[in-house]
Amino acid sequence: MYTLLLKEFQLELRRKSVLSGLALYLISTIFICYLTFSLRNNQITPLVWSALFWIIILFTAVSTVAKSFIGEKKGKEIYYYSIVKPEAVILSKIIYNFILCALLSFTGLVLFILFLKNPIQDLLLFVLLLLLTSFGLSSALTLLSGIAAKANNSSILMSILGFPAVLSILLMAIKISKNSIDGLDRSVSWDDLLVLAAINCISTALSYLLFPYIWRS
Amino acid sequence: MRKSWWKIVCVILLIYTVVGGFLFAVPRLNIVNETIRVLYFHVPMWFGMIALFLFSLIYAVSYLRTNKLEYDMASNELAHVGVMFGLLGIFSGMIWANYAWGSPWHGDAKQNGSAISTLAYLIYFVLRGSLNNEEQRARFSAVYNIFAFAVMIPLIFIYPRMVDSLHPGNGGNPGFNTYDLDSRMRMVFYPACIGWILLGFWIATIRIRARFIEETILDQENE
Repeated sequence: MYTLLLKEFQLELRRKSVLSGLALYLISTIFICYLTFSLRNNQITPLVWSALFWIIILFTAVSTVAKSFIGEKKGKEIYYYSIVKPEAVILSKIIYNFILCALLSFTGLVLFILFLKNPIQDLLLFVLLLLLTSFGLSSALTLLSGIAAKANNSSILMSILGFPAVLSILLMAIKISKNSIDGLDRSVSWDDLLVLAAINCISTALSYLLFPYIWRS
Repeated sequence: MRKSWWKIVCVILLIYTVVGGFLFAVPRLNIVNETIRVLYFHVPMWFGMIALFLFSLIYAVSYLRTNKLEYDMASNELAHVGVMFGLLGIFSGMIWANYAWGSPWHGDAKQNGSAISTLAYLIYFVLRGSLNNEEQRARFSAVYNIFAFAVMIPLIFIYPRMVDSLHPGNGGNPGFNTYDLDSRMRMVFYPACIGWILLGFWIATIRIRARFIEETILDQENE
């Protein structure tokens, strides 16, 4: 499993274009927001800020995770199939996607604070939330991208398959981010964080259990 | 005749529900008034939907264990009927909300949650449509079915309880518990639930048999 994880990183470093493409995507979307909202001062309320932030993070995460299976070549899968267990494959992909998503969302956060204002009062909570959300997104979407990769028109299917899973994660995330923007006491958002962590556990367990069935074909 | 007793029970219960639901006396509550009768039709829809989805899930799991295509077929048809029940539940709720809340769609937590979970199952059909290989389709849709069920449970049961909601039974609004005390409503409500659930499974079995016949005919034509 560690070797698989290592292999994912090496592959990624070798294909610099994809990673830099994602980073550029993030930067350009944030820059568009900046340009739009710089037309008039004080237009960006905290709620607008969090809506923009989550939309951008969501689309970046979807396009990050989507390539994890769609990018793989046919022959390589058979090769993996013969040497490693499917559980190892899915876990390594989830961890890898999680690290990638977390990196991208932190970059997004820094850029947001740089270009648009920083309305967050409780930054530590927000960072914790970002970590949890990126883990949830990567665990749910990795399994679904495995399904979508096998189907026709996989890129369209990917975004709609992910929709219900992502929505339940984002519902919690938006609520907690509102709490952290308002600087409410930590105890208020503690329950929501727990629910988010529980959703993460469920989706990881499901991916772990169900992936062998997808992998077999 | 031995096998059809539950269908007869279903018809009798539903006739009783419709007659009793519209004619029997109901308690008078503020605002809700006579619209309380929607309880006999709206709430059983959700029970029926959850029961159907649960069986769809069970068939999906048993497909993954045994690889028999009949299980996949059953799972698909049960999900179809479940979505139908879900849509009816949403629509009956919208009709009620139009009178009780003033507009059909209030963005209430329960409405949003049920809309999203219905969408999750609609996506299940899209997924089935976009896979051509029969065995692959069966396996992937079974996997997604389990996933959709896991998404539905928090959206319907947990999320609405965490936020404020206008829906009866939430946030101090008159709800199930107050009706529970009223034995007049219970007399109709429990039979209604059983009747609607039985109707759901009846439709599902007919659909499964129809699909089975279709497949057999197709197989024979191909040979």
